[in-house]
Amino acid sequence: MGQTAAVTIDKLHKRFGSLHALKGVDFSIEQGEFFGLLGPNGAGKSTLINCLAGLVRPDSGRLSVMGYDVVTEYRHTRRLLGVVPQELVYDPFFEVREALQFQAGYFGLGKENNDWIDELLVTLNLADRATTNMRALSGGMKRRVLIGQALVHKPPVVVLDEPTAGVDVELRQSLWRFIKRLHSEGHTIVLTTHYLEEAENLCERIAILDHGAAVALETKSELLARGICRSLHVVSSHKIETLPDQLREKARHINGNSMELRLRKDKDSIVSVLDAIRDAGIDIVDIQVVEDRLEDVFVQLTGEGGGRES
Amino acid sequence: MYGVYTLFYKEVVRFWKVAFQTVLAPVITALLYLLVFSHVLEGRVRVFEGVNYTAFLIPGLMMMSVIQNAFANSSSSLIQSKVTGNIVFLLLTPLSHLELFVGYVAAAVVRGFTVGVGVFLLAVLYVKVPVHSIAVIIGFALLSSGVMAVMGMIAGIWAEKFDQLAAFQNFIIMPLSFLSGVFYSIHSLPPFWQTLSHLNPFFYMIDGFRYGFFGQSDVAIEISFLVVVAAVFVLSVMTLALLKSGYKLRV
Repeated sequence: MGQTAAVTIDKLHKRFGSLHALKGVDFSIEQGEFFGLLGPNGAGKSTLINCLAGLVRPDSGRLSVMGYDVVTEYRHTRRLLGVVPQELVYDPFFEVREALQFQAGYFGLGKENNDWIDELLVTLNLADRATTNMRALSGGMKRRVLIGQALVHKPPVVVLDEPTAGVDVELRQSLWRFIKRLHSEGHTIVLTTHYLEEAENLCERIAILDHGAAVALETKSELLARGICRSLHVVSSHKIETLPDQLREKARHINGNSMELRLRKDKDSIVSVLDAIRDAGIDIVDIQVVEDRLEDVFVQLTGEGGGRES
Repeated sequence: MYGVYTLFYKEVVRFWKVAFQTVLAPVITALLYLLVFSHVLEGRVRVFEGVNYTAFLIPGLMMMSVIQNAFANSSSSLIQSKVTGNIVFLLLTPLSHLELFVGYVAAAVVRGFTVGVGVFLLAVLYVKVPVHSIAVIIGFALLSSGVMAVMGMIAGIWAEKFDQLAAFQNFIIMPLSFLSGVFYSIHSLPPFWQTLSHLNPFFYMIDGFRYGFFGQSDVAIEISFLVVVAAVFVLSVMTLALLKSGYKLRV
């Protein structure tokens, strides 16, 4: 028997009235993985995370964290999980340190945890804001406090639901660094994100949810290999005027002396396409082959584009 | 245990940070009632034998303040957490439904009790009030604030918007507390209204509490005690069932 999975999701169903939000989702996340949960809006990512966190009760199926059942053994699972919610929520009555201390207290941790709280404040660049009221913080700082609250009881499994939504580039980079550090320290990371670039850079394995069902569950490289197309960029020494039919149907755009052709990996050999270009009288001075990125695979699988921002 | 203590402490700190609004303001309001009503009605209203109206009024105003503030604490904290979304911080923790219940109720009892003591301390500067049984006074103050803290939890769990909570407060809590004998002895009412008053659980809270001061009451102290204990019990069972089911908290 191998190691207990960090998270096991077993035929999970959840309906909200007529909406079937989760349709038998079934996969597991191993300990120490950096796992990405992707999908368009309304795909069921947050519902799945909320089921895991105990905020939403599944209609059927089973969820466990490190082998403990999320419903019947919630005291264990909630100690093992640190969840960063998607919404920027805070309690306006309290200061940053108080928010962290109360959160630790709910998990039964008192003064003995203060050193860890101090460390979190420093790591999250909040040390100089420890006595600032939550209301007075910027959005990025509130996001960092949320991360601190999720980590205050040192959970082995950290779930981040769209942690970088609406944060500026600099903060996003620093959050990425911090999350990578948590992962390197042995935490299992489950990340939902709209930014496919983020998943591509960080995650080792990815599940893509669409309309409540997992349409893909693979390592990043397997998923990228599923891209059925690649782009061939060709630069000629002369203006490209006409193309034979077999090339015209592959051309995405022609611009002066350059063009981009979309080639099917299973059908179009690059060598034969280059031969056809030469046969058409076009001399080639440069070529570049670009493999599909996660976003392209995502679009193929879900029919939608992600929020590729930077 | 430390988890439930933290919730209790957080709830106490929460109301104490705005003590002007949550403690001082209701104390001042009760004192204004005392000044106005005692000035207008002293000598005109017959209450208990040998008890002047102003002294009679003080336990009633204390209990009214206890009732309203215990209710306000648990209900407002819950609705604010729900509306702003920070209730998630509690729902993500290993705290059980019983621990959530104890934390919220205990803090609301502390607020109700604090306001009640505040009213008493300032009121006795104005008029002397006898104390017949300190145990009965404290017992009824704790039990009654417990009833209202639990009722506040039900309202806070049920309400989805602030105006729903305000409706609960204005159309249920206020009328029941004003018509419970705060300002009068129900023996001065016509028979129909006397009968109706006996259906109001707040009446028993105030009547039993008043017995602790004067050794006299409209109904037997044992009956008031049983009604208030039964109210705490029934409402607590209901609230625990709501919390356990996740009603309006966990989807």
